[in-house]
Amino acid sequence: MKPILLIDFGSTYTKVTAVDVEAEVILGTAQSFTTIQTDINDGLNGALKLLEAKTGHLQYEKCYACSSAAGGLRMVTSGLVPELTSEAAKLASLGAGAKVVGLYSFQLTEDDLQNIQALKPDIFLLVGGTDGGNTECILHNARMLATLPPKFPIIIAGNRTAARECARILKDHPVHVCPNVMPKFGVLNIEPTQQKIRQIFLDRIVQAKGLSKATALLDDILMPTPSAVLQAMELLSKGTEEESGIGDLVAVDVGGATTDVYSMADGMPQGMNTVYKGIPEPFAKRTVEGDIGMRYSIRGIVEAAGIRRIASMAGLSEDRAEELVTYLSQNTDRVPDGDSELTALDYALASCAVETAVARHAGTMEETYTLMGLTYVQSGKNLTHVKQIIVTGGSLIHTENTEKIARHAQYSPAQPASLRPKAADVWVDRTYILAAMGLLSAHYPNVALRIMKKELEKHGYSE
Amino acid sequence: MENREKKVLVIGVIGADVHAVGNKILYHAFTEAGFEVVNLGVMVSQEEYIAAAIESNADAIVVSSLYGQGELDCRGLREKCDEAGLKGIPLVVGGNIVIGKQKFEDVEKRFHDMGFDRAFPPGTSPETTIEALRELLHMEG
Ligand code: B12
Repeated sequence: MKPILLIDFGSTYTKVTAVDVEAEVILGTAQSFTTIQTDINDGLNGALKLLEAKTGHLQYEKCYACSSAAGGLRMVTSGLVPELTSEAAKLASLGAGAKVVGLYSFQLTEDDLQNIQALKPDIFLLVGGTDGGNTECILHNARMLATLPPKFPIIIAGNRTAARECARILKDHPVHVCPNVMPKFGVLNIEPTQQKIRQIFLDRIVQAKGLSKATALLDDILMPTPSAVLQAMELLSKGTEEESGIGDLVAVDVGGATTDVYSMADGMPQGMNTVYKGIPEPFAKRTVEGDIGMRYSIRGIVEAAGIRRIASMAGLSEDRAEELVTYLSQNTDRVPDGDSELTALDYALASCAVETAVARHAGTMEETYTLMGLTYVQSGKNLTHVKQIIVTGGSLIHTENTEKIARHAQYSPAQPASLRPKAADVWVDRTYILAAMGLLSAHYPNVALRIMKKELEKHGYSE
Repeated sequence: MENREKKVLVIGVIGADVHAVGNKILYHAFTEAGFEVVNLGVMVSQEEYIAAAIESNADAIVVSSLYGQGELDCRGLREKCDEAGLKGIPLVVGGNIVIGKQKFEDVEKRFHDMGFDRAFPPGTSPETTIEALRELLHMEG
């Protein structure tokens, strides 16, 4: 037996998972409230005690952790054109596991600076211009940022011609220069910036967020939780040399405040008469819908889907649905707990959350009639061929409707332009192990992959 | 400054036009001639030319139109460039920019009035095009 402990310091719960990497099994999981205000170890010890009650005393060989506690990794980005370098900055940040709390394009204004100061980002990502291209905007923005007190590190990852100059302008701030996120038009190079983000997270943010007290126990890697999930998904999709993956996939995590969507797929145009527009997206893509969540962001779901649709899906009158939505928005830790109205409403809310978030993540196909007839214009990823959907998050795990809810990630004739999976298996992360397996994958990829394939529960296949 | 000895051209085929061959030839010819080329391919909207020109700090936008709707598709591009801060950026257009046999002088005049610096008749060779661009961008050689 070779037990390893994996910890996820979440915003609400600290979750612990014990794995035996020799037998390739999960020994147990447990969770307790995260105690970031006082001492993070209180919550951790609580969770460990619960775990020990299940597994007996274990002498862990290694211990790895990820965290989204204390607001997670909060980033603000600024780029030049919204669809180009600003979008590249957003993709880079989200893919590194950050929460993008502010996103700016073109020249920053004094009002923007005030907002940025109020947002108190953990990291600022400054980009703009392809290499050899526009320097005016990024230099202006550097000068603007230089007037702020040096409270947060700034990553400079724009036009290389202006990089040094930006660093000089921002000399009183902690700056890091990275290669341009968009060195040429339509070419992304976001990995170096993502590595830098993770490194800053490790070096500075872990301390600032009161996580360092727990680090005595940890051996290695402390990464943002979404980054761990992303790694798990990439492993599950691609596999290793020894163990095959499950191929292209889409994963959805519906939370109380946000909904995260991951896709592992190339997604580029397949047809000859399809023209691609916009920047090509990364194979491993993550998006976060900050307005789509089951409790704190319940209003966002209603706004996106409409109360009429939600009420009808839940089999409630509109007035009653509205009443319950208000109730849930004020009682954010309320779970249905057998209440039939709430169960039905949560089913409708979760379905609409999945549908909205995946539709925003996936690309679109527009048909245009040209003089020659029908031509297709694709923007974003084409996920129609994806055959695997993975779902996680309380509202999907603790319900009997998991599969029905998950099906809303799929293609729908009502939204024919949305390039979502046409037919897919649904896998459920019932034991909430994705982040833990992402952590494990850094050292034991084969074990992590085999455990995921065993633990994820598979629902029916639809063609 | 490094990287900046080369003049940057943004090229593409405007509107709903899918004629891809000439665009590929021009991309290679311009690159060969020492330009840095941002190629947007076919079915390019006015906004796409502008976004690419802003990020790449382009020296000129080269619009192709082959299917005869060029005049309609090009309308307003100059005004949008002005709006986006690309004041005075050279705009050139060529291909088969209008339908049928029209006197090219008239066509040229209409494109000048729309704010294009140069408009080229059908059959203009890449060599002639490159020469004209060099002149327009005040390059020696
Ligand atoms: C192949 C072709 C098609 C193919 C295109 C396949 C593809 N994806 O590329 C298909 C079948 C799809 C097609 C469709 C249509 N086509 Co067509 N097509 C042609 C054809 C036969 C050859 C085009 C070609 O590839 N030429 C070779 C390349 C190298 O030349 P080029 O494109 O002209 O580009 C060169 C120059 O124009 C110049 N140039 C280009 N851009 C610029 C820019 C500047 C600034 C300068 C200086 C020079 C320049 O340099 C290029 C390189 O040397 C031409 C006729 C012809 N012989 O030109 C008709 C032609 C272009 N098509 C025509 C038409 C009308 C159409 C359709 C509207 C209907 C139809 N008849 O089928 C549709 C439109 C579809 C659409 N939405 O775009 C007409 C256009 C008429 C006009 N403008 O007055 C043409 C001229 C045929 C004709 N005589 O009627 N077409």
